Amino acid sequence: MIHMSIIKRKPLPGWVRVVIPVAAVVVTLILAAIPILFAGGNLGKAYYALFYGALGNRFNLLETFVKSSPLILTGLAVAFAFRARFWNIGAEGQLFAGAIMATVVGVAFPGLPAYILVPFVMVSGFLAGGLWAALPAFLKTKWKVDDVVTTLLLNYVMLHIMGSLLFGPLQAPGSSWPISVGIAKAAHYPVLIARSRFHLGIPLAFALVFVIWFINSKTVFGYQAKGVGINIRAAAFGGINTNMVILKTALISGGLAGLAGVGEVCAIQFHLLMDISPGYGYTGIVIAMLGNLHPIGVGLAAFFFSIINVGAQTMSRMAGVPVYISGVIEGVALMVMLIFLLLLEYKIRWKRS
Amino acid sequence: MINEIFSLHFLTGLLGATLRMSTPIILATLGEIIAERSGVLNLGIEGTMLFGAAIGFLTTLSTGSLWLGVLMAALAGMLLALLMAVLAVYLGLSQHVSGLGITLFASGLSMFIYRLVVGSPTTPPTITPFTPVAIPLLSKIPLIGPSFFNQYSLTYFTWILIPVVSIFLFRTRPGLRIRTVGQNPFAADTVGVNVNLTRTLCVIAGGAFFGVAGAFLTLAQQNMFLKDVIGGRGWIAIAMTIFGNWNPVAATGGALIFGFLDAFQLRMQSLGVNLPFHVFLMIPYLVTILALIGVSGKASVPAGLLKPYRREEKGG
Repeated sequence: MIHMSIIKRKPLPGWVRVVIPVAAVVVTLILAAIPILFAGGNLGKAYYALFYGALGNRFNLLETFVKSSPLILTGLAVAFAFRARFWNIGAEGQLFAGAIMATVVGVAFPGLPAYILVPFVMVSGFLAGGLWAALPAFLKTKWKVDDVVTTLLLNYVMLHIMGSLLFGPLQAPGSSWPISVGIAKAAHYPVLIARSRFHLGIPLAFALVFVIWFINSKTVFGYQAKGVGINIRAAAFGGINTNMVILKTALISGGLAGLAGVGEVCAIQFHLLMDISPGYGYTGIVIAMLGNLHPIGVGLAAFFFSIINVGAQTMSRMAGVPVYISGVIEGVALMVMLIFLLLLEYKIRWKRS
Repeated sequence: MINEIFSLHFLTGLLGATLRMSTPIILATLGEIIAERSGVLNLGIEGTMLFGAAIGFLTTLSTGSLWLGVLMAALAGMLLALLMAVLAVYLGLSQHVSGLGITLFASGLSMFIYRLVVGSPTTPPTITPFTPVAIPLLSKIPLIGPSFFNQYSLTYFTWILIPVVSIFLFRTRPGLRIRTVGQNPFAADTVGVNVNLTRTLCVIAGGAFFGVAGAFLTLAQQNMFLKDVIGGRGWIAIAMTIFGNWNPVAATGGALIFGFLDAFQLRMQSLGVNLPFHVFLMIPYLVTILALIGVSGKASVPAGLLKPYRREEKGG
């Protein structure tokens, strides 16, 4: 019999931490060759198509940026929550909440000028997502109700709230489909680069990476949230109001996810529909882990995922590999990264007996 | 309308549909209870069910054999569960993250394999699904007969598994060992139980349940594979596990409530009752959350849940 044991190792030099994510991406792309070959794709052609499709020309590159915006926001939302050990699996529902609120505001105030309406949809969508996340945080702090399960279930509650609104008061008149009226022109995010969909929400998402980094590493609140995440009892003993920290964390986390929903309504779809998100909230969890819960890591991981997502479309067209390869690659990326992160702190020893 | 609702025919149909619709949730919940009793929360459930649904469907599509489809779905579920066990048990990675990773990976993989096999036809291919099996004599009892004893074989099988899993976990030595591993892995190790192997076996057994639960949806309840065929039933099973206090019988009660509301809502729709059916679909989730608030603090969570077991860290 061979026995495996996992032993803590001495800290590795700092440069290893930087190399690890790069190595994980390389290993992921090597492993992704297996399903591509299975699909009968030519490897060279497939990878060329992947990167050309995502970065190869002006249009593709800008589309990759467009795709990265909701992924950055949900990734940040999850990472911010997980850092304080608030297990927010509910970014999807919080995204819906933000999207619903943006639609309601965008439809209800057609007379407002854009410079008021755009910030208005953003703030209200942020609050809707934040409050929806604060509910499970409240249940957790008040009655110790498991947050993984409540945040997960609340996704479906919000999905069905959206459904009843889209088949009810928000449904476009005359439509038999669950689709809302279009939002006011003034609520559309301004497009920043002509002949593209590159909108205000993209620089906003990148800016929020640095805002969250600043909150995490330069503010008292960021320090407290980290303390709650590492050892909640010690944090409480040290005089931190842990319940308050968890509630605030949830508000910000849900708010970020809500903003992702606002972006989808106000910059991509311009009305609300059931398919407003292809699972951005769930992908955000993977992005958060891939980025090791660090905002800048999250930004990079989200951009990597949008390369995979956008590039997979071209790969599917040029190399005949089903577009769902993107989900496979993302799943593999997460597992490889997790194992690499483990190897950063532990070593595996095999013993023969 | 009211007459129709209170007719025997309607009631029979409703009860039958309740049993049918709760079947995949009960199966998945049983699998999750086994895994969690050994100390592993498997959030890979949703993706594993989808993988079972896809592999089961594709097997039946290409061989014509429904039971081979069920078998392959079970094996497919076990394969993903093995991956889960390697990550969460042997490598000791976060169970939350490993499980969600498995779900993401499996969702992509299921759709990828499905497309590879069937291509992109304009209408999704279908199979001839399982047909209900009427049990002689029993199915002739009024009301109960046609609803309880005219079900799919997999539903009968599921109802046999409820007491089997319950007795196995609470009345046998291996069951005791599993619960000890989940409750106090250090104590189990001291008396010579291989903690990681026990956990791995439980996770794999659970995976088989998930796979079959998924296949029930594509081989019995429906006759095709769609991307959102699982529709959150895996997450419901996670909730039912807690709701039922990690007890198969109590969790079945929860799954039945869920199945009932789902069946009722569908029947109302087909009767043309203009109910806001999304409100109905929401109720089970709200009820579950309220139940979770009710049991919070009193729940008997396996103490070793979520904690990887590493011998070197004993007492540390």
